[in-house]
Amino acid sequence: MTPTTAVYATGLVKSFGGFRAVDGIDLTVDQGEIYGVLGPNGAGKTTMLKMLATLLPIDAGQASLFGVDVAREPHRIRQLLGVTGQYASVDEDLTATENLWLFGRLQGLRSADARATAKRLLAQFDLEEAANKPIAQFSGGMRRRLDLAASLITRPPLIFLDEPTTGLDPRTRGQMWDTIRDLVAGCTVLLTTQYLDEADQLADRISVIDRGRKVAEGTPDELKSSVGDSTLQLQLAAGADQELAAQVVGRVVGQEPVLTPESARMNVPLDVADDAADVLIALRQAEIPIASVSVAKPTLDEVFLALTGHDTGEGDQETTREHLALEIR
Amino acid sequence: MSTLTFDPTPTTPAATATVDPAAAVARAHARVSPAETVSQTLSMAWRALKKMRRNPEQFFDVTFQPLLFTAMFAYIFGGAISGNVQRYLPLIIPGIVAQTVLTTCMSTGVQLREDMEKGVFDRFKALPIARIAPLAGPMVADLVRYLIAASLTFVVGVIIGYRPHGGPLGVLGAILLAVFTGWAIAWIFTWFGILARSARAVQGYSMMVLFPLTFLSNAFVPVGTLPGGLRTFVKFNPVSHLVSATRDLANHGVLSSEVGWTLLAGLVVIAIFAPLSVRSYKRHL
Repeated sequence: MTPTTAVYATGLVKSFGGFRAVDGIDLTVDQGEIYGVLGPNGAGKTTMLKMLATLLPIDAGQASLFGVDVAREPHRIRQLLGVTGQYASVDEDLTATENLWLFGRLQGLRSADARATAKRLLAQFDLEEAANKPIAQFSGGMRRRLDLAASLITRPPLIFLDEPTTGLDPRTRGQMWDTIRDLVAGCTVLLTTQYLDEADQLADRISVIDRGRKVAEGTPDELKSSVGDSTLQLQLAAGADQELAAQVVGRVVGQEPVLTPESARMNVPLDVADDAADVLIALRQAEIPIASVSVAKPTLDEVFLALTGHDTGEGDQETTREHLALEIR
Repeated sequence: MSTLTFDPTPTTPAATATVDPAAAVARAHARVSPAETVSQTLSMAWRALKKMRRNPEQFFDVTFQPLLFTAMFAYIFGGAISGNVQRYLPLIIPGIVAQTVLTTCMSTGVQLREDMEKGVFDRFKALPIARIAPLAGPMVADLVRYLIAASLTFVVGVIIGYRPHGGPLGVLGAILLAVFTGWAIAWIFTWFGILARSARAVQGYSMMVLFPLTFLSNAFVPVGTLPGGLRTFVKFNPVSHLVSATRDLANHGVLSSEVGWTLLAGLVVIAIFAPLSVRSYKRHL
């Protein structure tokens, strides 16, 4: 840990019953960095964040924020931290202004200052017109923005964003990304996400979490290049020889493709998209019939497969693809 | 979706001023001061009052119950118990004051449970505020409800012919005592609210506790008419003390030992259940 370390954690563990939700995670985040924690549902991202935010007791290991120990000085930690949860944590019965005023007052602002801060934040987050509307009338994106605004009232040096865009439609997601980039600048940000493209868009560094463990860490580019620049997805025709197909593909691209035998699917990592043609020609020459072909950028699923040897365990491929399609467009 | 448009271009540069972590760490203090605790509790009370004003159905129990029960009980039991309604009123009105205030407590627990399930409690937990503030705030706001319940019962009583001999001061004392006791006992239900899995469960437990306590007391009938074992229970039942104290104040204008016992019981309940509630709330995180 150096004087410029914002988050420092070693060997963090959290068990629920016999299940180790977080199983010995080390984490170092530098000041001013946007750090992404990437992983599928249930990987332990939120649990880890909750431990760091004093919302869950730490079972084993040690954590400090800016040198302040999380377990020993929870009240000080809460003053250094803004937390924006997975679900907007604002009061449904109050208006946007009242919400921000209340959170300001609770954190020791005088009434007039709290009102001024609320006004300023609503302007910054483009919520002025909705300032006096009850939250019940807010769209998902507006709620998230208000939630983020509420975390910035005291300008804490560290912001936790837990899956800031999960459940938002693609257009709103993009807007949320812009908001995050603009408004949290100057703070250190620890962000969790299920989407590689989100981590790619926002984070300076990423760690990939799986089943409570860190399986990789690096810049978004480093992670993506570990699975090739893009992926050729092949659906073999019924009755095609999958073994042979894998061998043929392996010879062309120089590494084994990832097989899903049940559905006769094959994902081929490509260093350059151009190699796709060579693979297809080789398969034609070996007389292996193909049902469908597509080329895509690597998804979280593929990064996962490459890193852990198993998939994210979600039937969620559709949504991931959708986001990627948008990103490419 | 709203019709608001969002301009993704960077907004005011003021927002991007860098934050100095070292200064923030130096500023961060280790504990909440008593003054901060009071201010945070009052902010939470403000929130609860706003919510009450926006959901006026929260006032149904404290308005309809005094109106309905006072008239109903007086006319149904008056003749049977005291010979006529007029003579029954000094007995029943303080009884109903106690009963209404206690039922009002129950909804404190139910509402806290409902509230805690909302997302905003996640933020309260993450904020550097006294852990007692989110619990005590709504209770401070609930003082309004106890006040309405107790006062309205006396008003209805007076309308149907109750003449409290304790005078305005005695009645005022009785109302304040009922409000204090209600507030104290509400801590028990607050604790239930934190522990229970659902609002419905809180309601269930609370009914189970409240019904025997209110009916197996001297609130509605003279103790002398009860069989031996029950009479002993009724004597030790704290609700009986509240009822007797209320009678002494409102009917006779006397600060009796019953008033003292009731206040003491209230303080004991707070001393036990307020720390217990805070502890459970911390653990609930």
